[in-house]
Amino acid sequence: MTSVTGPTAATGAGAATTAAGSGAEDEASGNPRALSHLDALESEAVHIFREVAGEFERPVILFSGGKDSIVMLHLALKAFRPAAVPFALLHVDTGHNFPEVLDYRDRTVAAHRLRLHVASVQEYIDRGALRERPDGTRNPLQTVPLLDAISGNRFDAVFGGGRRDEEKARAKERVFSLRDEFGAWDPRRQRPELWQLYNGRHAPGEHVRVFPLSNWTELDVWQYIARENIELPAIYYAHEREVFRRGGMWLAPGEWGGPRDGERTEKRRVRYRTVGDMSCTGAVDSGADTIDKVIAEIAASRLTERGATRADDKLSEAAMEDRKREGYF
Amino acid sequence: MTPPTPGSPAGSPAAPDVPADTGATALLRFATAGSVDDGKSTLVGRLLHDSKSVLADQLEAVEHASRSRGQEAPDLALLTDGLRAEREQGITIDVAYRYFATPRRRFILADTPGHVQYTRNMVTGASTAELALVLVDARNGVVEQTRRHAAVAALLRVPHVVLAVNKMDLVGYAEDVFAAIAAEFTEYAASLGVPDVKAIPISALAGDNVVTPSATMDWYGGPTVLEYLETVPVGHDPSAEPARFPVQYVIRPQTAEHPDYRGYAGQIASGVLRTGRRVTVLPSGRSSTIAGIDLLGEPVDVAWAPQSVTVRLTDDLDVSRGDLIVPEGTGAEPVQDLTATVCHLHDRPLTPGARVLLKHTTRTVKAIVKEIPSRLSLADLSQQPAPGALAANDIGRVVLRTAEPLAVDDYADSRRTGSFLLIDPADGTTLTAGMAGDAFAGAARGAAGEAAGPTDDEGWDF
Repeated sequence: MTSVTGPTAATGAGAATTAAGSGAEDEASGNPRALSHLDALESEAVHIFREVAGEFERPVILFSGGKDSIVMLHLALKAFRPAAVPFALLHVDTGHNFPEVLDYRDRTVAAHRLRLHVASVQEYIDRGALRERPDGTRNPLQTVPLLDAISGNRFDAVFGGGRRDEEKARAKERVFSLRDEFGAWDPRRQRPELWQLYNGRHAPGEHVRVFPLSNWTELDVWQYIARENIELPAIYYAHEREVFRRGGMWLAPGEWGGPRDGERTEKRRVRYRTVGDMSCTGAVDSGADTIDKVIAEIAASRLTERGATRADDKLSEAAMEDRKREGYF
Repeated sequence: MTPPTPGSPAGSPAAPDVPADTGATALLRFATAGSVDDGKSTLVGRLLHDSKSVLADQLEAVEHASRSRGQEAPDLALLTDGLRAEREQGITIDVAYRYFATPRRRFILADTPGHVQYTRNMVTGASTAELALVLVDARNGVVEQTRRHAAVAALLRVPHVVLAVNKMDLVGYAEDVFAAIAAEFTEYAASLGVPDVKAIPISALAGDNVVTPSATMDWYGGPTVLEYLETVPVGHDPSAEPARFPVQYVIRPQTAEHPDYRGYAGQIASGVLRTGRRVTVLPSGRSSTIAGIDLLGEPVDVAWAPQSVTVRLTDDLDVSRGDLIVPEGTGAEPVQDLTATVCHLHDRPLTPGARVLLKHTTRTVKAIVKEIPSRLSLADLSQQPAPGALAANDIGRVVLRTAEPLAVDDYADSRRTGSFLLIDPADGTTLTAGMAGDAFAGAARGAAGEAAGPTDDEGWDF
């Protein structure tokens, strides 16, 4: 669920004079050192990254070039300063990428001298290991290359940018989520998670999905991007783009197969609230071309980000739960 | 493309010009307890709805699902019951985390089911909560389930408990009904050692005193539920407690720029750390001085719980993951014999002689369950001596022997360094949640101590 706190939040002149500047502007707290919500969420995520570094042999960060994975990487970089991030990146490439996002990915990998693994859905299709779906959507096809990459590289901890506020099946997800040798998630056999004690024990062949942003909302992510001055792919900000209407969403034409006959493109001012496979990620009408405008737009939005932009989640009430059970992100 | 944040180097905690729209509000984690019959879903739904946290597509999905089940009104429980099995069976299986915000605060709500395996789930939800919201039906008053919920909140040392006396509309908004329930509950909670109890008369259905003040209960002059959530103290001043710093990871860049950097990364579990202070590393007992503190890359002189930092020491000691850094002379004596109150979580029972792993802060050691002296009934706080085993959802006392010494604080003094998990070494299953020391503060402690025997006189007082 997305919270709707507006930019009206009580930060006035008082914030500038708060001791050390990192305390929350919460006069009622009775605790002069209470952390602001962003500091608290940041500290929690850093703690999670370091727990994994301390307890696992071969962790990897799932990196799509979307805002949540970008924030994850930013947190990982901060967690281990001045040393390098002790994890590689893994991109599950659907083959239907926004070029701006691929460009961003490659620049980021080079800038931080990271190691990038790519699991390509296109390769699987080309050699007949996966078959294109009739609707052209490749999101569900990512699961097999993802699980193969995990087992092939013997990754034992896999960081995902999933947030509990995104979707109701994710609301019941643990921070450390055990996957069996088939990569499957069994929501009824999850380990209880208490205090800040994360149990990462697993048998050979099993792995643990780790979600450092579990407790973040979409608005928290954007506020953090603003505070930390994090660069994002340009498509997150309002721009002119040729789009066409399908399933109640604005999709961008591309080699993936849109538009079909009868679908007319038009030029609109849009931005992306989420970034995924081009065939099922919709743009929203928007004039928000700066981070402050994006935050104001999200705060006033009456739709969740997945409701507004993801065709695959509209398939059924349990679409996400079913994909997760099979080993999806 | 991102406009620069004025005057603030990225990540600097001392940035003076935090833009207004970063909304520097505090974060309150709270847990709800109560059954569907008490109107918990209605209350949670109203908090989310009236704070405008339920968005149009979510409400639409709930309305659609409710209609397809033949219900006329949208069933707000469907907002939190996200799993197929939950919707099919109409029950909540697991703790659901909900997120909402007001201009004053951000909230993380652990919504715990009231019926199936409620103890395990409420213990889980309460373990990180700073406030527990307990519901009662004004027509029924304090019932056995209310006492169980109060006991779990007390056991987990949740600092603030709110009693929401719901369905006041069904008792004619009568002040004396509310006053009697509030008095009975407050007295019971106080006997368990709950330090802060607030009773609020509400009607979740009609909206009285949930978000907006009631027009029909002018005899009540206190805050609404949301006002209370927005103003209750978050955490407590860390300068009032001893510092505890469990080492998670050793940072050694070994680069040309940082050839000799050796930092101990961790999240401050309690208290305040300062550069220049003498500290002791447990369990080794060696002392050194804090040479510097790095707050995610920025050097600072002082840092406090729950910040994640990296600490550098003046001496080249052998410090690794699992060690605990404390101010010199303040740490708990590392011991191998431990008495604790536990909640057993797993369907396989816990029995004396069980060989387990014990995870305490960042340290995991082998342990043996030596004894299970008693089992506690949450309904009446009676002790059953020598129960033989603890089943899922049982609360009991255990005596443990660890393979290596651990510096465990009393849970009453530090939730973070007084808590632990027991893990099955064979398959990694989380078996049991443990809290070092006695179950309750206050008067109930005496009663509990009698049955538990001499293990209670070990100085766990606080």
